[in-house]
Amino acid sequence: MPALGADMEAGTILQWLVKPGDVVKRGDIIAVVDTEKATIEVEVFQSGVIQSIVVPEGEKVPIGTVLALIRTDGEALPPPEVKPPLAAAPPRVAPAPPIVVPAPPRPAAPPRIEKPPPKAPGRLHVSPLAMRVAMELGVDLSTVEGTGPDGAITKSDVERAAKAPPAAAPPVEAPKAPPPPKPPMAPADRQAAMRKVIAAAMARSKREIPHYYLGTNIDMSRAMAWLQAENLKRPVTERLLYSVLLLKAVARAVHDVPEMNGFWVDGAFKLSEAVHAGVAISLRQGGLIAPAIHDVDKKSLDEIMAALRDLVKRVRAGVLRSSEIADATITVTSLGEQGVEIVFGIIYPPQVALVGFGKITERPWAANGMVGARPIVMASLAADHRASDGHCGGLFLAAIDRLLQEPEKL
Amino acid sequence: MTDDDIKALVLRELGKIAPEVNPDEIDPGLDLREQVDLDSMDILNLAIAIHQATGIDIPEADYPQMVSLDGCVAYLRSRIKQASAS
Repeated sequence: MPALGADMEAGTILQWLVKPGDVVKRGDIIAVVDTEKATIEVEVFQSGVIQSIVVPEGEKVPIGTVLALIRTDGEALPPPEVKPPLAAAPPRVAPAPPIVVPAPPRPAAPPRIEKPPPKAPGRLHVSPLAMRVAMELGVDLSTVEGTGPDGAITKSDVERAAKAPPAAAPPVEAPKAPPPPKPPMAPADRQAAMRKVIAAAMARSKREIPHYYLGTNIDMSRAMAWLQAENLKRPVTERLLYSVLLLKAVARAVHDVPEMNGFWVDGAFKLSEAVHAGVAISLRQGGLIAPAIHDVDKKSLDEIMAALRDLVKRVRAGVLRSSEIADATITVTSLGEQGVEIVFGIIYPPQVALVGFGKITERPWAANGMVGARPIVMASLAADHRASDGHCGGLFLAAIDRLLQEPEKL
Repeated sequence: MTDDDIKALVLRELGKIAPEVNPDEIDPGLDLREQVDLDSMDILNLAIAIHQATGIDIPEADYPQMVSLDGCVAYLRSRIKQASAS
């Protein structure tokens, strides 16, 4: 069970998307896990063949628990022995007792190597919205017939299945695995649980991290003029939001001041080469989540926009991926939408910096001896004084400012 | 497309963005962003949905005309009329 966020202690396996014998590649989504904050699609860290599922659906286990055993590619070739082969990663926690789920017997037959690996291993074609609705209605997705593109299960398929009398869809194999799909966390419970998680993370942050705060006004006239002209050329479906420029500027500024990007662990700063920007997204029903957009510094503005839109959609639907939750290296929050001008951020541990942007407002601005009205944004930095000093933070904000003056180069 | 059709379209798309909002409680004369708590991503998604339903591409410069539900209806009515006239 991966730690999906700084303060997650346990997670519940909602659904396995693979079964023993399935071939998986690093990054494949193999299971759906429920946590206090969201439903998370868990990506596998290691390529190989699923040897066995250790934790059944419906079970809540602490982080660090072995969920499944994977044979690595090298080990997949020799015929399976009677004894379980070496696990890819030695279990840190004593594995659960042998599973008694009757359905998937261990592949006793010798491996047929010529057989192509199953396509898209175990991935159910189901939209995040449909998944969410299914969990809310307690519908078992394996019994739902998909009518969407490529047989994808859509929200209406789920709703139809929920309305159908229970006897209407008899399971194909008679002895279906016993644990019924875990009932979803009710929205009110989820909200209370999320509040607790936020409380724990923020209390830890304020308790452990000696924050320092800096702020600077940034003239956004060039950036906004460039964006306006750019959007005028684009159809509505391809337009950019200004937050994309801000994200890219922050990610690129990290190249100048790497002390802002990484984690404070075991009493030392661990710099991250990759720049995964956590984007604080507020949920309509209350609460907040800051999943990461990966490698923001290397993505084009269009790619960041696409990633941001996808992320907002999935956050709202409540389905995220494990890597997005776990590996942000710096957080960006833009509270300007709510009208505030300055953000005094609280760092999300174990990260060491959070950049906040307020509302873009038209202000009198003196430049070259002239006063004119310019769109101004207040960029603020909350940084961990254990990892960096104010001088460093100042350089970082200055770099963000400089990058935003040349939007066409972002 | 009648005014009612346009209104129904806008409300349907708003419902997808903000499922918790009761359409009957929206005051058609007031700012939607405040009533429904829309951010710039929501507004862009609304513009895209309207584009997909009607073929009308709403330039960013026209967003201020669409601040309220009544504003949306009036704006889209005139754009649809323009489109059918040309």
